[in-house]
Amino acid sequence: MADLHNLTARALGALIAGRQVSAREAAEAFLARIEVADPGIHAFLTVTREHALADAAAIDARLKAGERPGPLAGVPVALKDVLCTRGIRTTCGSRILERFVPPYDATVAARLAAVGTILLGKANCDEFAMGSSTENSAFGPTRNPWDPERVPGGSSGGSAAAVAAREAPIALGTDTGGSIRQPAALCGVVGLKPTYGRVSRWGLVAYASSLDQVGPLTRTVEDAALTLNAIAGRDPLDSTSADLPVPDYTQACRAEVRGLRLGVPSEFLGGEVDPTVAGMTRQAVDTLCEAGAEAEECSLPSVTHCLAAYYIIAPAEASSNLARYDGVRYGMRSREHAGHIGMAERTRDEGFGDEVKQRIMIGTYALSAGYYDAYYRRAQQVRTLIRRDFDRAFERYDLLVTPTSPTVAFRLAERADDPLAMKLADICTLPANMAGIPAISVPCGFLEGLPLGLQILGKAFDEPTLLRAAYTYEQATDWHRRRPPL
Amino acid sequence: MPEYEAAIGMEVHAELLTGSKMFCGCRNAFGGEPNTRCCPVCTGMPGSLPVMNRRAVEHVIRAALALNCRVSPDARFDRKNYFYPDLPKGFQISQYERPIGIEGWLGIDTEAGPKRVRIRRVHLEEDTGKLLHLATGESAVDFNRSGVPLMEIVTEFPPDMRTAEEARAYLTKLRAVLTYIGVSDGKMEEGSLRCEPNLSVRPVGSAGLGTKTEIKNLNSFRAVYRGIEYETARQIGVLRSGGAVAQETRGWDDARGQTFTQRSKEVEQEYRYFPEPDLVPLQIDEEWVDRIRRAMPELPDAARARFVEQYELPPHAADALTQTRATADFFEEAALTSGDPRAAANWMIGDLARLLNASGTEITDSRVSPRHLADMLALMAEGVISGKMAKGIFEEMFATGVSARALADRAGPQVSDTAAIAAWLEEAIAAEPRVWQELCGGDTRKQGYFVGQVMKASRGKANPAEVNRVLRARMEGA
Repeated sequence: MADLHNLTARALGALIAGRQVSAREAAEAFLARIEVADPGIHAFLTVTREHALADAAAIDARLKAGERPGPLAGVPVALKDVLCTRGIRTTCGSRILERFVPPYDATVAARLAAVGTILLGKANCDEFAMGSSTENSAFGPTRNPWDPERVPGGSSGGSAAAVAAREAPIALGTDTGGSIRQPAALCGVVGLKPTYGRVSRWGLVAYASSLDQVGPLTRTVEDAALTLNAIAGRDPLDSTSADLPVPDYTQACRAEVRGLRLGVPSEFLGGEVDPTVAGMTRQAVDTLCEAGAEAEECSLPSVTHCLAAYYIIAPAEASSNLARYDGVRYGMRSREHAGHIGMAERTRDEGFGDEVKQRIMIGTYALSAGYYDAYYRRAQQVRTLIRRDFDRAFERYDLLVTPTSPTVAFRLAERADDPLAMKLADICTLPANMAGIPAISVPCGFLEGLPLGLQILGKAFDEPTLLRAAYTYEQATDWHRRRPPL
Repeated sequence: MPEYEAAIGMEVHAELLTGSKMFCGCRNAFGGEPNTRCCPVCTGMPGSLPVMNRRAVEHVIRAALALNCRVSPDARFDRKNYFYPDLPKGFQISQYERPIGIEGWLGIDTEAGPKRVRIRRVHLEEDTGKLLHLATGESAVDFNRSGVPLMEIVTEFPPDMRTAEEARAYLTKLRAVLTYIGVSDGKMEEGSLRCEPNLSVRPVGSAGLGTKTEIKNLNSFRAVYRGIEYETARQIGVLRSGGAVAQETRGWDDARGQTFTQRSKEVEQEYRYFPEPDLVPLQIDEEWVDRIRRAMPELPDAARARFVEQYELPPHAADALTQTRATADFFEEAALTSGDPRAAANWMIGDLARLLNASGTEITDSRVSPRHLADMLALMAEGVISGKMAKGIFEEMFATGVSARALADRAGPQVSDTAAIAAWLEEAIAAEPRVWQELCGGDTRKQGYFVGQVMKASRGKANPAEVNRVLRARMEGA
């Protein structure tokens, strides 16, 4: 079969389970696709060819022995390179970890392996997941499969581009302020940020611990649900992971949306949001209403302060999380140094890129004794207000619907010198992280030949309702069937 | 010239007795080959996350209760950020705004009577690794200690203690309490109990406080006492000569018996504390605290009172035997096994304490067990060995761990043979006939001399009762 790489995870998994296609054939198809497509995209930092073929052979052996290892057995995956993989280098897109080989797997990597997926490689990303364009990778940017002159979004740009370019049916990304959903929107794929605590963060190299969450990037909502089934659930290694039962998310997709109440917050339809984008969001809401949902416009007044508060809290936590990269135990160590403080200084200076340094500086400043109350404490208060806004909204509505990104993918280097414009790319996605609630982006149209995303937000741990609406929308449209011109 | 007094505060760090470390499953133990007890969590590897050790939290709740503190229902962890090569994450997980225990006190005995030393806070944190400076001039880090649960107990400010004696009493009592409740082994020489006194002096009667200094690197109670004595005198000297005390951290040189400037120009360290996002806040409900409170063991003050009551010990003996839980347990076992609490107490306060001190051994590591001591007391009661033999046997038991009975057998039994004793006595009379005359002339004080000579001749094996009997018979016969 020549076109294995165009199949969804669900379809591919079914063929493998039915032994019409071997896991090895599937792995080889995607490895071949990577060879052809990736030179122009640069979605991967590391391709784990040998691992993939060996793991695929093991799956084939299990299938041959009569085992039925589940719907994702033999399905290839890519992991954002901030997720630790035992024995496979994990760079975080940074010089400082260029040669870091973790002796452990991230829980999500282990869980995906446990259901039989095959690791193809590690996907490019903004350094330590800081950025909205994947231009901050120390190893060069990823390009948007729809237009190589444009960014794929960030920071999980490699993961999104890999899925869009058919280099992997499933990729995992991480989302601290929109880093799964925004690149999913800009690359025309599905991106799901689960509820904070739904998926273990063990082995996810932290950017901002209280906001980070791992989630899938896939071509369909059903594939996202399948992947979430595999990775969700309590992990004793992460005390912030929730001890709640994991529902069957694929089952949840099938339910009707009739009677679902949708809120459409007006704050996301003006201001920085492109009027055409806003118009497409309204159209998408109409589509859901045609399927039986009810919608009305509403307000989340505090979200206007979200960007400011996020850019205090996330850098504050980052300044602390990134303090461990001091050249003492692993990763890079500067050759030129005098004394241990000098060594750490030189190592950090040489190892970190500008964006990372800038955020460390901002975070350090925001946490310092004289400014803590004015910045960090205030930002936490804003966060509380945002949560309350959502609580109030979810008393009336089952879901909220907004655009994912205020614009389509911008050109490489276009916003490099305009940090504020760059940060505005996450303006629609940040609130979900601040509130810890789940959100999904699904393709909802094209502008100038570039994809756009619809964002649906739900109550904490209510991924089933979220997936149900996203699936219904997807079934009613065919945006997700379009392929980039590769 | 005004008279001066010191105001002394104290920060004590106690490593907690838990099976595993604070935030990971690594074993919590002292020493060992460097970097043999560490994992991604305690070395701060990328992607690793802390998981709280509930036992460590319970230990701190236990300590907070024993120190009469209030237990915060909503305690939480914070990050204390600073760079040091032995600090793997670049921050230490500690407690800042909401510690587990607040506003307590510890009662101590002073010359002027009982006194309360107020405690400001008791909190939980993780220990750091340890830097090893190699002969090559390079430095290496040992992370075995990294992540070991550490409790910090800080006295209230303004400080309540005034003298080195009070500071020592506070530390002694604190160690007793911590070892009694089983949260710490109290071993200063292994660093499991570390204390940093801070002190300032002021003219007696003045309301304010002088500039304070902090003394680091004290690893014995004696060093704490001497350090405070020295530092008090030094600061008074500075003030008397019209100088000003500099705010600084001072080290302690035990050989010279002096403190010295370590870091001057103290600036407020910028730790950039903020709530630890990788751990959920602690929720310490009443029920949990009650459960711990109900299971609390007897505290040293209660044990002391009970020892006086139950075993009829003099208060000073009861005091000495309740300095640590291990000492008290040792005593109770020896007392109950031997049925002679007084004798057990005397041996422990006398010979055992002397030998432990001289060899720098903790009672928990003593080769003499309570059963050994009880056996020896039984042999004495049976008349198998004399008190003098017992002293030698006790020292040998201490050195070798061989039981009293085996040693007594090896030394040969006590000699009660009248003929042999009479022969030794005749030798002694022959050596000092004049003294013998004085004894027979009614100077009974001389009796002890001859008993001693016989014991000496028998190398301690003669049965003293028999010696006395033979001696009296000989006097009557003379």
